[in-house]
Amino acid sequence: MTRPLTRRDLLERAALGGAALTLPGFLAACGGDGIEAEGTTEATTTAVARELAETLRFSNWPLYIDIDEETKKRPTLDQFTEQTGVEVQYIEDVNDNDEWFGKNRAALSQGQGIDRDLTVLTDWMAGRMVRLGYTQKLDRSAIPNASNLVEALASPGFDPNRDYSMPWQSGMTGIGYDPRRTGGPVTSLSQLLDDPKLKGKVTFLTEMPDTMGLMLQLDGSDPVKVDTAAFDKAIDRLQAAVDSGQIRQFTGNDYSGLLARGDVWACVAWSGDMVQLQLDNPQLEFVIPDEGGMIWTDNMLIPTGGDVFTASTFMNFVYDPKIAAQIAAYVNYISPVEGAKEEAEKLDPELAANQLIFPDEDTLTKVKIFDAEAADDTELKEKFQAVVGA
Amino acid sequence: MGFLHRHRGFVPYLLLGPGLGFLALFFVVPTYYLANTSLQEGSAEVGYVFTWAWDNYGDAIATYDEHLIRSLLYAGVATVVALAVSYPLAYWIAFHGGRWKSVLLLIVIAPFFVTYLIRTLAWQSILADDSVVVEVLRAIGVLGDGERLLATSTAVVAGITYNFLPFMALPLYASLEQIDGRLIEAAEDLYASRFQAFLRVTLPLSLPGVFAGTLLTFIPAAGDFVNAELLGTPREAMIGNVIQSKFLVITDYGQAAALSFVLMAAILVLVALYSRTLGTERLTG
Repeated sequence: MTRPLTRRDLLERAALGGAALTLPGFLAACGGDGIEAEGTTEATTTAVARELAETLRFSNWPLYIDIDEETKKRPTLDQFTEQTGVEVQYIEDVNDNDEWFGKNRAALSQGQGIDRDLTVLTDWMAGRMVRLGYTQKLDRSAIPNASNLVEALASPGFDPNRDYSMPWQSGMTGIGYDPRRTGGPVTSLSQLLDDPKLKGKVTFLTEMPDTMGLMLQLDGSDPVKVDTAAFDKAIDRLQAAVDSGQIRQFTGNDYSGLLARGDVWACVAWSGDMVQLQLDNPQLEFVIPDEGGMIWTDNMLIPTGGDVFTASTFMNFVYDPKIAAQIAAYVNYISPVEGAKEEAEKLDPELAANQLIFPDEDTLTKVKIFDAEAADDTELKEKFQAVVGA
Repeated sequence: MGFLHRHRGFVPYLLLGPGLGFLALFFVVPTYYLANTSLQEGSAEVGYVFTWAWDNYGDAIATYDEHLIRSLLYAGVATVVALAVSYPLAYWIAFHGGRWKSVLLLIVIAPFFVTYLIRTLAWQSILADDSVVVEVLRAIGVLGDGERLLATSTAVVAGITYNFLPFMALPLYASLEQIDGRLIEAAEDLYASRFQAFLRVTLPLSLPGVFAGTLLTFIPAAGDFVNAELLGTPREAMIGNVIQSKFLVITDYGQAAALSFVLMAAILVLVALYSRTLGTERLTG
């Protein structure tokens, strides 16, 4: 740990600051009883309960919210309970989008609830959930903070008006490398694929949208709307790099060990992982490739049967820049909340300056969101899996 | 008791009961569901419907024949290497282990105290490009300068061999341990050399152990996917990797189940051939 401010310090300071949080008055006034929501919207035909439930059942990925390592308490969730009286039943049971869907499809397809009010899924799976009608419309009147959503994520293909989803955290996909071994910067995907120095020292990701998003941009194609012919061409290019031995393996998060140990010198990597890795290996670099990088988002959704008003109220809570800064500081992924950077600056200027956690406009123009429908296309998935070796 | 007393013939069946129940619940029922799934069509999105989709089998074999052959080959090589390593080991423990027998056996199974995944990940470090092992092999010229061990077929086969070695060693030990030493003495009394005595007495008597050991090693090894994933490259992918990706990534349950059956059938055929060659009747006496 070379950072002057440790994660725990930060959490403590954030907790102190939490006392002065300014949330809409109706939240602070709440003592646990149901309350009326303020603000009016056009009357919807389906009546939405405007009372907070006693508990919020929230499914999320492991290690995806701030936690105090000593007390095992989660400051953000406790603050939410303090202010609204709603207990949060926080369940870290999303390990894999497909696996999650497989477990819950039967109930959802019959219109039954799955005992969750809120769940977090990656873009393409969120797209599938919305497309199949397995989610409920947000109660936007309960989310005035939605105006803090960053512009770059405001209008994804699968939910152009963010009627059904709000981003939880985002991450970028680019190139991670160890300059001490590569002997210089690795800034382009073509270098990763062609540089003879890197032969057998390169890994790509097993996640199709990440790897293919970069491969498509290599040819100047658009990963936002995938064209099958361009996809096939990119697949051939990838296969050639596998056949020649340039690409050593396809990995999940496990590239981190290989990169730190020196078995891999340069790889397609996730920004959040690289932040973690840099704590122990400060020499490691992460760059958005010259050809362009990717940005992906895990989205909060309200599955069928979930309590819309309570879930929406929680979304509003985490879209408060102070809370968002607190979460981002712990998880090291990109906060989708405008103003979180300024809040983080007050806590830790170095954190706020980290381009991997708070990327500037310049960085954000170089990354794209992968076509959600293409990411869920069986044929494209099969073509990709054939290259990955299975 | 009165009933059992009058119908003694039932007792053996009663004793079989728990075992049969277990098999029915944990083998027959899952196999039925797997067979059923292998003939289904559909996708995760719309659900799966049973349609007698025999195409699943044809497509699976046509597309993944290479993976299937590679799996059987890797498993075969690993089994032979495990046998070559385990036989002398088990032999020595059984005949010369003396009072250290239990300790030595404990050492053989010691790796099992650590989970499979962690053991395989440990091999990533042992075989890493800058590891001591690789440096030594480079120094003595076994590996060329740019060559590596990790992410090669050698690493995959070595990983499988290592992970399944105790399954080979233990049955071998069990059968060698039971051999009546007087039989070997008798052979030597009848002017057999020590080698001949081994070849004509010890080895045949240990064949049940060889048979059990090879099956216990080969069968799980053929379906393994962890070693290929962690120690190999896409070019070393085995059928287990394909099945895993079909089930969890592509979510084509029909073809995934069909592939599982094809693997099962391939193993059954090979085992049948093997037991005919080795002659199970002779083994079981």
